[in-house]
Amino acid sequence: MKDKKKISFRLCMQLFLSFFKIGAFTFGGGYAMIPLIQREMVENKKWISDDDILEIIAIAESTPGPIAINMATFVGTRTAGFFGAFFATLGVVLPSFIVISVIARLLSEFSDIKAVQYAFNGIRAGVLALLLKALFTMYKKVKKNAFSYVILALAFVTTAFFGVNVLLVILCCAVFGIIVSLIAGSKEASR
Amino acid sequence: MIYLQLLWTFFKIGALTFGGGYAMLPLIQSETLANGWATEEEIINFIAVSESTPGPFAINMATYIGTSQGGVLGAFLSTLGVVLPSFIIILIVARCYEKFKTNRFVAGAMTGLKPAVVGLIGAAVLSVGKTVFVPENFSTAIFKTDIFYMSAILFIAMTVLAFKKVHPIIIICISAVVGIAAGYAFGM
Repeated sequence: MKDKKKISFRLCMQLFLSFFKIGAFTFGGGYAMIPLIQREMVENKKWISDDDILEIIAIAESTPGPIAINMATFVGTRTAGFFGAFFATLGVVLPSFIVISVIARLLSEFSDIKAVQYAFNGIRAGVLALLLKALFTMYKKVKKNAFSYVILALAFVTTAFFGVNVLLVILCCAVFGIIVSLIAGSKEASR
Repeated sequence: MIYLQLLWTFFKIGALTFGGGYAMLPLIQSETLANGWATEEEIINFIAVSESTPGPFAINMATYIGTSQGGVLGAFLSTLGVVLPSFIIILIVARCYEKFKTNRFVAGAMTGLKPAVVGLIGAAVLSVGKTVFVPENFSTAIFKTDIFYMSAILFIAMTVLAFKKVHPIIIICISAVVGIAAGYAFGM
């Protein structure tokens, strides 16, 4: 019994370190982490299998919250239960937390410098390009049917032109999706 | 109480963001603007910072807003808030994955959420575009030359992104250099 506890403590520390590394070396969030998780968790440590990776992506996409956190919690709980999940999540969060805490202070100090302001003027145009690209990539992944287009257009118009609360729009679209798919399901069943 | 407000706001954001990448942007934008925690320009600047530093966008954003509003404790509570919903939900889902995967309500909700997120990001990007080209604070920038070189940056960046797989950091560095050069060349 005592032995088992010791092993799981070591496992938790390993999870923490692995996810700390992943958090510290991925630029650009959740999806960028997948190849690193694959190498570290599947090939090196053999904690999970390749099929698990696909499962994790599917789950992370259909539950709320940042993909990186979902993946860390999922891998952690699969390998070492609650404490595994805790240490894996802590590990993936900590690098960003430390780096940004420092940068947040520096940013406010440097923001008065003319060159920095000029740089950010240019950067904002570059960021717009990055966002447009991300938007296009996400649009390509949406199922092309009438229902999708109606929801997409409604969400866009209500928030962009009528200032409807984003949280409210998300909740309504989820409920709308449930109702429509239940109706579609019962139609199919009665056929 | 700013601390409770940070925790609660980021908890809501964490609980209602579906999908990766910039799925969180519309919520972060609307909530931080509504609370007056950052201006739209600051949010756009911070997207660039977040792309050039390690870690997920959501955590970076929560830590940044938290620090600016409530120091280390504010950063801690914001980050905790954004992490907690996923953490709890995944702990539950990991145990009953098979049931979750085939649940009709989950599948139904996702058919509504996926296109909604794209529409919401579209609205967020539109608002970013307005801020970039028509900022509220006219004293900081925007003369005709600014619109000219910003359009040039946007055009070049879009072209590069369309044909080549480049890292966002490269786009950010190039835009920064053009921004500095244009700023000093046209002087203000």
